[in-house]
Amino acid sequence: MTFTLAIILAGIVMIALNAYVLLAGADFGGGVWDFFARGDRRQAQRDLISHAIAPIWEANHVWLILVIVLLFTCFPAAFSTIAILLHIPLTLMLLGIVLRGSAFIFRSYGSERDTAQQRWGRVFAIASIATPVLLGMCVGAVATGAIGATAVSRSGSFVSQFIDPWLTMFGVGVGLLALALFSFLAAVYLTVEAEGTELQEDFRTRALWAAGAVFVIAFGVLALSWTEAPMVRQMLMAGPWALPLHIVTGIAAITAIAALWTRHFRLARVAAAAQVTFILWGWAAAQYPYLLPPTLTIEAAAAPNRTLVLILWALAAGACVLLPSLYYLFRVFKMQRRS
Amino acid sequence: MGMSLAFHILFAVVGIGMPALMVIAEHRWRRTGDAGYLELAKRWSRGTAILFAVGAVSGTVLSFELGLLWPEFMKQAGPLVGMPFSLEGFAFFTEAIFLGVYLYGWDRISPRAHVIAGVLVAVSGALSGIFVVIANAWMNTPRGFTLIDGKFTNVNPIAAMMTPAAFPQTLHMTLAAYAATGFAVAGIHAAMLLRDPRNAFHRRALSVALLVGAPAALVQPLAGDIEARYVARQQPAKLAAMEGLFQTTRGAPLSIGGIPNENERRTRFAIEIPHGLSLLAFHELDAEVKGLDAFPRDEWPPVAIVHLAFDTMVGLGSFMALVSAAVLILLWRKRDIISLRWILIAVVLCGPMGFLCIEAGWTVTEVGRQPWVIYGILRTADAVTPMPGLIVPFLTFTALYCFLGIIVVLLLYQQVLRSPREGETFPHQTDAA
Ligand code: HDD
Ligand code: HEM
Ligand code: HEM
Repeated sequence: MTFTLAIILAGIVMIALNAYVLLAGADFGGGVWDFFARGDRRQAQRDLISHAIAPIWEANHVWLILVIVLLFTCFPAAFSTIAILLHIPLTLMLLGIVLRGSAFIFRSYGSERDTAQQRWGRVFAIASIATPVLLGMCVGAVATGAIGATAVSRSGSFVSQFIDPWLTMFGVGVGLLALALFSFLAAVYLTVEAEGTELQEDFRTRALWAAGAVFVIAFGVLALSWTEAPMVRQMLMAGPWALPLHIVTGIAAITAIAALWTRHFRLARVAAAAQVTFILWGWAAAQYPYLLPPTLTIEAAAAPNRTLVLILWALAAGACVLLPSLYYLFRVFKMQRRS
Repeated sequence: MGMSLAFHILFAVVGIGMPALMVIAEHRWRRTGDAGYLELAKRWSRGTAILFAVGAVSGTVLSFELGLLWPEFMKQAGPLVGMPFSLEGFAFFTEAIFLGVYLYGWDRISPRAHVIAGVLVAVSGALSGIFVVIANAWMNTPRGFTLIDGKFTNVNPIAAMMTPAAFPQTLHMTLAAYAATGFAVAGIHAAMLLRDPRNAFHRRALSVALLVGAPAALVQPLAGDIEARYVARQQPAKLAAMEGLFQTTRGAPLSIGGIPNENERRTRFAIEIPHGLSLLAFHELDAEVKGLDAFPRDEWPPVAIVHLAFDTMVGLGSFMALVSAAVLILLWRKRDIISLRWILIAVVLCGPMGFLCIEAGWTVTEVGRQPWVIYGILRTADAVTPMPGLIVPFLTFTALYCFLGIIVVLLLYQQVLRSPREGETFPHQTDAA
């Protein structure tokens, strides 16, 4: 692998996606647990979730915008194909994003009346469940090669161009996997944030259940990939880095579960984040060197070099502003709490 | 997309103006210890939070929609105009981070750090607006590439950011944001003061809001003039449509109002000021102004819409500038404007005008550029997605936005505007005037 500009930028897009998944993914997962809040501590669970999310969810959300902006600036050919063929799931996902964000803020600032609060809570929770599934389906559609293989033409049929590529069993499987991973992340993070053992135990149980769900769904997706995403499966099973990748992912997963079991929550948080990260990069590596398999490579989709160089400079300058600010944000809200 | 933008722009503009109000209020509280300003800062920050969240999600919709609706446009223009959008991304990021710090950090960080966080929110909000407008300016005056066989080659994203339209548009837009937000807030509090003139809360709010809105609205016509002159040079067809000018004329008159008729090729019922247009557009009495007859019929924008939108903006904008001048003179002479009912009424009238101007102004820019998406290069019809049935997402998003708009207004009323009740943090004193 040679590190051309295009590869470096594709890597940066993946890093931004990774940050989105680890941070905003957990915010979505929080919505899932809001939906499943049960028992005497229902209200306490919901309060914990919204306290954890409130100061940071907007900043977390911007990672997605960064992914989109980088895609259309640096890989315009891929972006336009994705935007045409995945129009429907992306639009639905946008609806989910809009409803979730607004419902959350309306619930925080809305009237104190219980019915209104409950209604917004519902919208927030349901949108939090639907959006990750749609996101996963889009990723699934790219991985199967359906996006890369479908030629766009005005004469082609509607269903074969705008529905078939993404509405597959495999796509649904990846969608559910995303949902399970996000819920898992959220539950693990919340064990660290919870004040009081009872709440902590609530989320520990949930994290363990979610870990089980991830395990089951991941194998389901792998089985489906046999028929539906042969290329990616091939690489995942036989690529040169396949074995080491599976080993580190496995270690991370086992560490996360063991740490939860023995109540080492901070360790569990690191391990869970690592596990999700390895899964994501596994997908990226399995696709390499394609951006949209089986036709469009990263190099072929890339914008002219001049643009790529400038974007790199802009990213470097932006990072100098951004990273210290982000560090500050998380220090103010996530580290002082336990002291 | 027009709909999403028209909606987003309202939130974006408030997102630029509101943090300024909020920081000024907090600064006054820190300096004077007057708890009334603290209450204001807290309420305005809640308003900013609500609007920022809705602005952020509607902005996300936009960044996707660029591709969802105009894949061909993005495919070709992405490498060129991606730069300002990326920078904008960073500006938003900074804004979101420090807004989080500001809203939830009242008692977690030092007073100084808190004010600085507020200032950073205001600055990055303004920067984000500027970056997007730079992208739009490129669509009006595309630069930074060589066109070979209909493909952009030799792209230079830096040159694409420094187009002739960039400076006039960003200046005018940034001023518009402060003028519109300032007067909208001022208008609402002025209305409250008309009913309850001694209410100290609304007095403080009015003074801060006018401080932001009036200077901006006062210089706005100047910025508009700079902008009109660039349009006259760079996009003569748009200027002709703005003015409803069908025939190329030396010493062209300025027509105000009237109804342009594209078939009869004339504008009826307009008030004409001789030589006005030549004077304004080129600062010369007898300059030649190109009329629509200088362009093929299929390159005309919808003339009536553009002309009426333009007159709306200029008319309302001039009124706002006059009111601002009156307010500033009175304040300078240390008069108490709250006791002057006519001034309060005028400020109330100005309340919605800034936003009307903004929608009208964007109509001029965008509709006036038709049939082009990229002026002179790519036609709108060639850029649109091949996906059929676009009316469905259009109607869905329109309905969603209307619904969100109503909720936001209700919430803002509860959280920001309502006079403080007995027993709320703000001591309900009334200033003896
Ligand atoms: C508070 C808002 C506001 C006010 C009071 C005015 N405008 Fe404006 N105008 C805008 C808000 C705006 C805007 C929404 O910000 C636009 C749309 C695009 C842009 O860059 O600014 C705009 C566009 C715009 C254009 C179109 C330029 C183009 O196509 O790029 C011209 C020629 C003017 N303005 C001129 C004026 C004049 C002569 C005014 C005199 C009073 C005026 N505007 C008041
Ligand atoms: C920088 C930001 C902007 C970009 C990149 C942009 C992009 C575009 C494009 C590509 C079109 C042509 C497609 C069409 O006609 O439907 C268009 C048209 C349009 N835009 Fe914008 N726009 C921007 C700002 C705005 C804003 C802020 C408004 C808000 C009021 C707006 C309102 C419209 C309208 C109403 C049309 C439709 C014109 C017509 O169909 O005749 N635009 N814009
Ligand atoms: C030209 C008119 C526009 C202006 C002045 C403007 C300005 C702003 C501002 C100030 C915000 C911050 C939200 C707030 O404070 O409420 C915002 C949000 C946003 N805008 Fe726009 N914008 C414009 C058009 C667009 C367009 C055409 C796009 C499409 C790429 C876009 C993308 C976004 C995004 C992605 C966000 C959310 C950022 C976040 O999550 O913090 N904007 N815009």
